[in-house]
Amino acid sequence: MTDTNSAAATGKLPAAPRALRATASALVSLALTFIGLTAITFVIGRVMPADPVLAVVGDRASEEAYQRVFLEMGLDRPIWEQYLTYLGQILTGDFGTSIMTTRPVTEDILRFFPATLELATLATLIGCVIGIPLGVWAAVNQGRWIDHCARVLGLAGYSAPVFWLGMLGLLIFYGNLGWVAGPGRIDIYYDGLVEDPTGVILFDAAWHGEWEIFWNAFSHLILPAGVLGLYALAYIARMTRSFMLDQLGQEYVLAARIKGASEFSVIWRHAFRNVLVQLITIIGLTYASLLEGSVLTETVFAWPGIGQYITTSLFNADMNAVLGGTVVVGICFVGINMLSDLLYRFADPRART
Amino acid sequence: MSAAADPQGAGLRAWLRSPSPASTWQARAQRAYLGWVAFRANPIAMAGLLIVVALVLAAIFAPLLTGSRGLDPDLPNRLLPPSAEHWLGTDQLGRDIYDRLIWGSRVTLYIVGLVSIIVAPIGLAVGTLAGYAGGWVDTVLMRIVDIFLAFPRLILALAFVAALGPGLENAVLAIALTTWSPYARIARAEVLTIRKADYIVAAEAQGASTWRILRKHVVPLCLASVIVRLTLDMAGIILTAAGLGFLGLGAQPPLPEWGAMISTGRDFLYDQWWVPTAPGAAIFLVSLGFCLLGDGLRDVLDPRSGEA
Amino acid sequence: MTEARLLEVEDLRVTFRTPHGPVEAVRGVSFSLGRERLGIVGESGSGKSQTGRALLRLSARNGRVSAKKMVFDGIDLTNASERTMRRIRGARISMIMQDPRYSLNPVVKVGDQIAEAYRIHTGASARKARDRAMEMLETVRIREAGKVYDLYPHQVSGGMGQRVMIAMMLIPEPDVLIADEPTSALDVTVQMQVLALLDDMVRERGMGLVLISHDLNLVASFCDRVMVMYGGRVMEVLEAGRLHEAQHPYTRGLLNCLPSLEHPQHMLPVLTRDAGWLEEAR
Ligand SMILES: Nc1ncnc2c1ncn2[C@@H]1O[C@H](COP(=O)(O)OP(=O)(O)OP(=O)(O)O)[C@@H](O)[C@H]1O
Ligand SMILES: [Mg+2]
Repeated sequence: MTDTNSAAATGKLPAAPRALRATASALVSLALTFIGLTAITFVIGRVMPADPVLAVVGDRASEEAYQRVFLEMGLDRPIWEQYLTYLGQILTGDFGTSIMTTRPVTEDILRFFPATLELATLATLIGCVIGIPLGVWAAVNQGRWIDHCARVLGLAGYSAPVFWLGMLGLLIFYGNLGWVAGPGRIDIYYDGLVEDPTGVILFDAAWHGEWEIFWNAFSHLILPAGVLGLYALAYIARMTRSFMLDQLGQEYVLAARIKGASEFSVIWRHAFRNVLVQLITIIGLTYASLLEGSVLTETVFAWPGIGQYITTSLFNADMNAVLGGTVVVGICFVGINMLSDLLYRFADPRART
Repeated sequence: MSAAADPQGAGLRAWLRSPSPASTWQARAQRAYLGWVAFRANPIAMAGLLIVVALVLAAIFAPLLTGSRGLDPDLPNRLLPPSAEHWLGTDQLGRDIYDRLIWGSRVTLYIVGLVSIIVAPIGLAVGTLAGYAGGWVDTVLMRIVDIFLAFPRLILALAFVAALGPGLENAVLAIALTTWSPYARIARAEVLTIRKADYIVAAEAQGASTWRILRKHVVPLCLASVIVRLTLDMAGIILTAAGLGFLGLGAQPPLPEWGAMISTGRDFLYDQWWVPTAPGAAIFLVSLGFCLLGDGLRDVLDPRSGEA
Repeated sequence: MTEARLLEVEDLRVTFRTPHGPVEAVRGVSFSLGRERLGIVGESGSGKSQTGRALLRLSARNGRVSAKKMVFDGIDLTNASERTMRRIRGARISMIMQDPRYSLNPVVKVGDQIAEAYRIHTGASARKARDRAMEMLETVRIREAGKVYDLYPHQVSGGMGQRVMIAMMLIPEPDVLIADEPTSALDVTVQMQVLALLDDMVRERGMGLVLISHDLNLVASFCDRVMVMYGGRVMEVLEAGRLHEAQHPYTRGLLNCLPSLEHPQHMLPVLTRDAGWLEEAR
């Protein structure tokens, strides 16, 4: 008779305000990080170069072009005012004009970004589909040879330079075996045939039922995605293994065994559910770092993505393009991490309420 | 200290294994010894140590390990395949690739060392200050740390190099700027746990200055975790430096930096595959070595892994 | 209580491999259990829980279990296949774990965890299992079972968690129940209710109960027999009613440590231990 109110006292708390508060605090973090990111790119673009105008217009610009840009950039005004203007421009999606392509940087980024997205997404998928079961398998067989193999593979995948792996892949699978298509996103005679609705060729080709194009694009994509995927796989398998080991040592796993649950159920129904909650953040982190880490892979595979756009602009001293690309990739990076963090809060009952 | 007086000779092992250490110095030596025993039993970690030691030895004894030809171009002998004379072949300027790799170990160590001596003090300083001062100083500093933690590292390093201009030192600076933040987190956490410890309170009561407490008590305690973290980060640092070199933004030719070697060797991938693959293998091996070593160090210094 | 012996154990040993050498948690425990209530008492670390886990062959990975004899209802537990063991666990021998805070899966609703225990062994439909789990929650005196069913473990109090645990382990109606401090987080009234429930199961269904506890008074008043453990060994086994006649110095020591209203003492004596107790009968 003593527990009349205990159920009520510990019962469900109203979920909405808590979830709202979590979202709000995530948004505040996002805003702060955004301000930090733009402040840094601002410093990089306007303060560090000896002559920021030259960095934008290039060496060969005429005197009047120089003067125009000098005023456009507001270099005669105080520095904080310049930053606020810069922030305002970014918020309206205005990154200035690229001297290399002579188009607005925003337009360029929209053209190059889908390629990177396609690459990073497939790589993350490969990493999850292979890495998670591998990590679970290794943890379940802790100390056996499969575990050692998975551990070494995990460390090796993390230690190998992606650009080197990419070159080895090209040498073997394209040069020697001819199993896949070479650098580039698609063969030249298919180029530009399907560009809508998303710019992600695999999706667009499937959308229009152009299967020939689809497979051509796929054979270009699989090698770079595989190389990046190996990196993702290594990290995800490693983290899955360590989370799983942690969970398998918990008392509730013993409780499940006492109930007579099968090993399959103990691993996948009980332990893995807890691992999955933790993995959300890891997968988000992997995806975000693949988005930015694809710079090197894109260079090796001549992949027309945002990373290559940034590096080529860099060599052409095209500062607007470099900063625009950096800000966009940075925002995606931060955004994905915040999103996975939020997702985690909703997936884990302990964080939810 | 009498028990510690004669730690040499046959008694050393017994001294190290004695169940009741007679001094803090003996206790510390015992912990180090037990750590070493655990570390030695881990073949993966030992392999890592071996690789790292080999790297250091290669850098020190580079003049003895390489031929007398030096690193000057030798155009008649360009692009030779691996042979008894040129173990890893020659590059597009006829230079021996093996020799360049050995000399390149100095560049790698230079990068790694420079990043460490920039990153560790900055991280320690910011973290200790935040943890020790508390209040709004802590809040502001940690916000800044969080912002740096949330950044895409490679892209940011690229942007830094873009503004500063390509070159080895600028690449190092860019890497350091994107790497310091986790160290501040570590240092702050350590400071928070020991700030309330009795001996710190006692030292304060004896009138020790804040600066002295930080230097004598706080910093030494953070050092272990910072070293583990640095070792684990080495692989990332080496890979980023190599990546910048590969993009042509790091070390500039003719400096035998491994990433830059891959970059110049790229054109010969299909016909003289050894030119770009050999330096890649070197990068792979060294960063794997640091990874394995860091993993092993963490296992030893992390008390949880003692069980099971 | 000499009719059917449900469980017979002879010379049970559990040894753990650790970096600092082997740890012998249980060293040669022998006992038998009928359809009765057997209490196990002993100080912390005396090997009570490890004895329970060894019976289910669920010792930690680094543990080795050996026994001259470990027979349950005619089944030799020492070399039964893992398949057989799975069929025994939960359905025939079950164990209520010590700490409900860690023994429930944090991301699964408590009700579903109870229902799962039922479904594993009966193959009942989800609907049916849910109804049974609800009933079971009410049986362990949980109010508003419907509401509690949908809570997650971190949302229930310690006492409620313990009752959820009890419900989970009782729902398949096992023949032997090992209850490891099942009532330590409950207040006295609920404790009595839960013990009454266990008592019913022993009387009506002929379940064998092993009750592990620190609480000598509770064990003495509730159980038929009491087994006293120290350092992984059985010191002595007594009829509960004759506990005060205990011979062994350790048991006497334990008894003397209990505060008593009839014989008030100025200071409670300190328990003295003798290294020889660990050696005897070797
Ligand atoms: N995995 C393990 N590795 C090493 N030693 C272990 C392991 N599990 C248990 N032990 C040791 O076995 C001994 C007996 O533990 P057990 O849990 O049976 O004690 P207990 O009698 O249940 O104590 P309590 O009343 O505190 O629950 C303890 O000394 C413990 O340290
Ligand atoms: Mg116990």
